[in-house]
Amino acid sequence: MELVLLLFIFVLAAFLGFELIQKVPSQLHTPLMSGSNAISGITIVGAIVAAGHVEGGLGQWLGFAALVLATINVVGGYMVTDRMLGMFKKKGK
Amino acid sequence: MEKAQLINLAYIVASVLFIFGIKMLGSADTARRGNQVSALGMLLAVVATLLAGGFDWTWIIAGLVLGGAIGAIWAKKVQMTGMPELVALFNGFGGIASLLVGWAEEAHYEGGEAMPAVTSVAIGLAVLIGGITFTGSLIAYLKLSGKMGGSPTLFPGQKAINALILAAMLVFAGMFVATGQPWTLYAIIGLSLLLGVLGVLPIGGGDMPVVIAFLNSCSGLAASAAGFVINNNVLIVAGCLVGASGLILTVIMCKAMNRTLGNVFFGGFGAASGKSGAAVEGEMKALSTEDAFYVLEAAQSVVFVPGYGMAVAQAQHAVKELAEILENNGAEVRFAIHPVAGRMPGHMNVLLAEADVPYEQLCEMDDVNPTMETVDVAIVIGANDVVNPAAAEDESSPIYGMPIINVHHARNVFALKRGQGAGFSGLVNTLFFRDNCRMIYGDAKETITSLVSQFKD
Repeated sequence: MELVLLLFIFVLAAFLGFELIQKVPSQLHTPLMSGSNAISGITIVGAIVAAGHVEGGLGQWLGFAALVLATINVVGGYMVTDRMLGMFKKKGK
Repeated sequence: MEKAQLINLAYIVASVLFIFGIKMLGSADTARRGNQVSALGMLLAVVATLLAGGFDWTWIIAGLVLGGAIGAIWAKKVQMTGMPELVALFNGFGGIASLLVGWAEEAHYEGGEAMPAVTSVAIGLAVLIGGITFTGSLIAYLKLSGKMGGSPTLFPGQKAINALILAAMLVFAGMFVATGQPWTLYAIIGLSLLLGVLGVLPIGGGDMPVVIAFLNSCSGLAASAAGFVINNNVLIVAGCLVGASGLILTVIMCKAMNRTLGNVFFGGFGAASGKSGAAVEGEMKALSTEDAFYVLEAAQSVVFVPGYGMAVAQAQHAVKELAEILENNGAEVRFAIHPVAGRMPGHMNVLLAEADVPYEQLCEMDDVNPTMETVDVAIVIGANDVVNPAAAEDESSPIYGMPIINVHHARNVFALKRGQGAGFSGLVNTLFFRDNCRMIYGDAKETITSLVSQFKD
């Protein structure tokens, strides 16, 4: 049952994702990609769980590496997107 | 309320914030806020995860601080022209992180209880997709940053080898699910990393917008698979949103080039032989910047068509200055932007925004083309294939059918180019041989700057 529920969520999210992105003006393609790239860093949550295993060992090392890389993805991704969008904004004045 | 329930509620809120964030990213007025909303969602998801407690905190804090510092420094330091490769690199990190999460979970099970089948399937997928995303993005990064040549690298039997690797991977994945042997997982890791390299190597620089969008989609799917590994909703939802939206972008990019995804990945464009298009008659006629100045001074309507060459020459600020001068001189100035100009989706828009080019002057291809006959001068800056009339007229051309900006209909065309070479596709651009086209050779930035200084004198 658990699996079916997760798959259910997955399928709905897929349709939602398709619907959300229709008709985006082309000048926003780069920020959109870079912003959604930052969201894909959500794997940081899995990395935290893996890095935080108290029993140590290989899994913890792998988790730590995952955590560093995912954090780079998240922090860098959001900041770069913000910088880009900041430039778009300026012209509004 | 139990803590576990509270955490899950926080995950729901985070998912909603991601959805709103992506939605808002789709419109110019709300885009920046949208990004911040989605960042807030990410923060919430991280905090909620940490709330669960029972962790070895040293590792977590060290990882967050280290990764955060590296990411922040890179994001601050990167030049706008270096944006495509940085996004590619970040994307690769997301992919490898998902691979490592899957692997760590496997290591966690080792020697202990048996792994449920669902978990092993999910681990296999997270590792497989994450690995391809990682090395694929790395190759894209190397190509975009110029550390590796942008042309397609082809070798005999490439498709067969890639197909073989894919098949072997699926076999190992089956064995991993059936036996749970760690070495089968290591085999998947190795093969997926290899496939990422071999898959992106044959793709030329001009197809990079498609590849980046596709890899972006993959990194989302890898995260989603990692979500199935650890039974985590927010990973599944956020990863899947990215996967779906990335796929849409990929399709948009493909349409802009009139090609299918399969063609991009297996076409080895540019190195393909056979179809080379009809022979071209005439010659390329060079023009000095002095003569170009006289034409521009009299022009009433000017359209700039930027391409990757403008990014390479870092000419966007000079271009903006010239545009301003032309406008003060009484001309109507517009920028015509092809959807796949540059090396990532919307690349030119970012560069021109950096140079403060007014939003109203940026036009999409379909808006500019019908008015092209009334344009006095079209200035092509380092764009090539997106203005090649062969795409519209020569059925034997490999790019026939690709939508282009019809600069050949303008009264005059100035093509700024470093040399006489062909574009990424290796095709001869028939535009350059037309009667209304003049070549201005040299570095685009120097050419524009020289035009600007002549206006000032």
